This record gives sequence, C-alpha cells and structure tokens, in this order.
Amino acid sequence: MDTVLIVKAIIVVAIFAISMLMALYETYAERVIAAFIQDRVGPDRAGPFGLLQPLADGGKLFFKEDFIPTKADKWLFILGPAIAMSTALLSSAVIPFGDTIIVAGQKIDVQGMDVNIGILWIFGIVSLGVYGILIGGWASNNKYSLYGAIRAASQTISYELAMGISLLAIILMTGSLSVKSIVLGQHGIDWNIFYQPLGFLLFLTCSLAECNRTPFDLPESENELVAGYHTEYGSMKMGLYLFSEYVNMFISSAVLASLYLGGFNYPGMDFVYSKLVGSFGEVTGHNIATALGTITLFLKIFFFIFLFMWIRWTLPRFRYDQLMNLAWKWMMPVAIVNLIITAAAELSGKPLLYNWIGLAIFAAIYFGLFPIFKKKTVSAN
Amino acid sequence: MQYLELIKNLSFVQWTFYFLSILSLFGALGTILSKNPIHSVVYLILTFFTLSAIYLLLNAQFLAAVNIIVYAGAIMVLFLFVLMFLNLKKESNELSQNSMLISATIAGGLLGLILIVAIKKAETIRVNYNDFDPKTGMIETLGKVLYTNYMLPFELVSVLFLVAMSGAVLLAKREKGDSHF
Repeated sequence: MDTVLIVKAIIVVAIFAISMLMALYETYAERVIAAFIQDRVGPDRAGPFGLLQPLADGGKLFFKEDFIPTKADKWLFILGPAIAMSTALLSSAVIPFGDTIIVAGQKIDVQGMDVNIGILWIFGIVSLGVYGILIGGWASNNKYSLYGAIRAASQTISYELAMGISLLAIILMTGSLSVKSIVLGQHGIDWNIFYQPLGFLLFLTCSLAECNRTPFDLPESENELVAGYHTEYGSMKMGLYLFSEYVNMFISSAVLASLYLGGFNYPGMDFVYSKLVGSFGEVTGHNIATALGTITLFLKIFFFIFLFMWIRWTLPRFRYDQLMNLAWKWMMPVAIVNLIITAAAELSGKPLLYNWIGLAIFAAIYFGLFPIFKKKTVSAN
Repeated sequence: MQYLELIKNLSFVQWTFYFLSILSLFGALGTILSKNPIHSVVYLILTFFTLSAIYLLLNAQFLAAVNIIVYAGAIMVLFLFVLMFLNLKKESNELSQNSMLISATIAGGLLGLILIVAIKKAETIRVNYNDFDPKTGMIETLGKVLYTNYMLPFELVSVLFLVAMSGAVLLAKREKGDSHF
C-alpha cells in the first residue's frame, strides 16, 4: 500500500511538473513558430538556439514591480490570476498519460485519478476557468479590462454548449464518463476521430475558443481593448495569466488527443507489447510498453500544440458578431445533428459505416437541398 | 476535557468534513454579510465548491460534478456577468427604516424556528453499514433509476426545459422595428 501511495504521489508531482515545463517551453515554441511563419529569426540570444529564453522571460517577470492600482479591489485583483492558474492545472488530474505501470507487483495507473466522472470533471473545471479572467478584469477597475472580462465570459459560456454536445456523442459511443475507459476503448488505431470527424472539428474549434486563442482571442484584442482583461496587470500576476493560457493549451491538447486520437494507443501496440514482454520479461516489458504509449501521447499533444500555434499565426481574429453567430447559429445546431447521427449509428450496430452515411446525408441536405430551399424563400419575399 | 478527547479521536474523513463545513459556513456568511455584491458572488461560489466536496465525501460524484458545472460554472457566471453591468455603488437604505427592520427580524426568526422544528421532527434514517451499497451515488445507479422508476417524470422535465428554452428565445427575440443595436 505504501509503495503504491508513493508511486502515485510521484506520478502526480511529475504530471504537475511536466505541465509547467510544457507551458514554459510552449512560450518558446510559440515565438519560434511565429518567427518561422513570418520569416524571421526569432529568439536566439539566450543559450543555444535561444533555449534559455523562457527562463529569462520568467526571471524578468519576477523582478518587475508588483503593482496594484489604487482603485482596484485588492483581494480580488490578487485572486484573479491565482484562480486562472489553479483551474488551468486542475484539469490534468483525470487525463491518463499512460496505461498502467507495475511496481512491486501492483498495477498503478499513470493518471492523477481514475474517477467515473472524468469528462464531467474536465467540463466543470473548464467552466470555472472563466472566473479568473472575469474576477481579474472586474477588480482592475478599468473599463477595457471589464470589456475583456465580459467578452471572455460570454464567449466561454457560448462555446461550452457546442463543446458539451459534441462530448455527448463521444460518451454515447463509449458508454462511460471515465477518460481512461474512453482511451482504452480506442485500442490500436480504432480512434474516435474516424467515427466522429465532425465532432472532432467542433471540439477543436471549441477548445480554441475556451483557451482564448486566436481567432477567438477577443478578450485581449489589442486593437480594441488595449490588452483586454490583463491591462492593469504587471509582473508575475500578468505572467500567471499568460502562463495559464499555455497550460490550458497543453491540457486541451491532451484532452483532444485522449478523446479523439486514441491517447496512448498506437497502431501495432499489441505486437510491440508481446515483443517487449518476450524479450524483457513481464514487468519490465510492460513498463517499457507503457512508456512508449506515453511518448505516443506526447507526440499527439505536440502535434495539437503546433496546430494551435499554426492557426494563431495564420488566421485573423473574428469580429464579435461573427463569433457569436458561429457559436449559436452554426456550431450548436451542427453539434445536435452530429449527436442524433451518432445515436442512430450506435443503434444500427455498425457505427463506423452509419456515422459516415449519416454525415454524408447531412452534407447532401445542407449543401445540396438547403441552398435551393433558401433561394425560393428569398425570391418569395 | 471530554471534548478534547472527542477531537483527538476524529477520523480523517471527519476532519475533512468539519473543515469543509466550516469553510462552507464561512462562505455562506460572507455571501450575506459582504456589502459588495461581487464579493457576495465570490463567497457563494466558495460555498458551492465546498458543498460539492461534501457530496464527494458521500461518494456522490455525479452530483458533485453537476453542482459545479451547473451552479458554480454556469449560473454564477451569469450572476457575475449581470452584476458587472450594473452600477451598484449606491447602498440600499431599506434596512434603516424601523418598520422594515422589525418585519425582517420577525420573518427571519419565524423561518429559523420552522427550520429548527423541522430538523427536530425529522427522522434520520440510520444507514445499515453491512448491506449499504457504496455505489448508490454513482452515475450508473442514478441513470438506471432515472430511466426505469422515474422514466415519465424525467421525460416530462425535459419537455419543461424545452418550453423554458423556447420562452427565453421568444423573449430575447428582436421585435419588428427595434433598432439593430
């Protein structure tokens, strides 16, 4: 029992440390990728290839003056970044970063906790994430901060709906809310993205919106709102806000990879597993196979992080009414249609085939019949 | 001395329960005592959080998650959202009138009396530890109960939700001739 607790504690601390390290080097990656896309050199002064740049940035933020405006609500001003950071870190608790490892004859999950409300936990924490921005923006006592905060709140609430409905389709397929069982259900290359292409796109868009990333970064759009909700923040408080965005990005990539791209599953994993167990023995082979799964998951996470950055430096920002129309008039109905198609496909017994047939019928109606129908009503007016 | 012994013998779960209870009472008191409405909302969120933690202690995970998602995650965000738009700098002076104060005291006292009597009268059902199913609060059990024993009420509630939703859409709909912001 004691060894299990110790190993579990090590896993939890490691997940925390890795999230922080990933966030640290995401800032570096963002600058390098931005430089690559804009044909610049990017950070290359601090250390080899500028690898020490995040540390230099962090050091600078720590040594700046920690300033609280006179008219600000002091406690809430401090509480804002703290909530933003802690909610960003909390959701990593239910993400399975690997299968089990065998220590002292016992199987231990490489995961903070395997509860049977895993997805709901993520969903709840995501919905709490907006408080950091909302409270911080209000406490600054600055109208631009308040605008940023209100934009963030309305955006998050709107996109949560489509996100929840596209999640429902996944839950319907797996029959479980535990993230671990969802990942285990995608053994080998039986990934959910093949069953849920539309759901994947919806979820990806929603996670971009929930992370306040471009093209959904209206809460901090610098041409309208100075810097949005963190206008009055300086020093490490602002650092925490920016940092929480990167932690969020890491966690959403992990969630996307676990829900749609099979998490730690990779094609041919049974073959690799049997080979490893054959040559290294039951315990070591199992542990090495788990490590390979974890590496696979991280490759998927890196892919999603790159995708997020690629989108940021390619697409322009939405206008606010476009943002709201996209969420309410387009994504929500499409998510509901996707849910109905998934339910029908699950009932049919051949989910893969009927999902695609259903989506094809929907596409045919949407792109084929709908324009004709629309034209008629317009001409009738 | 007897109380000290009692405190010493508390189990870990009991310690957690008392800590959470004190925290939730602190949040509830803060909600009604703070002058700034935004602070009230923040305290209320704390209360919901600790209540969810108490649900977790009871092994009712689904209830805890739904409590956080619906109340802390959605309703309180909307509360905060509306409060931020309003300028509530001016204090309401209703409580400075004597008649208001007296009637409020009487009403509050009566409500407290009723609650105390109700709790005194209520029969607490002792749980038999031997045949109690610890999975009672789990989502699988809840789903089974909802879709077998309470099928009709559950479906009717969904109709009710649909009606409420259509009502909200109807209310928010722009009328003919209204300005386009």
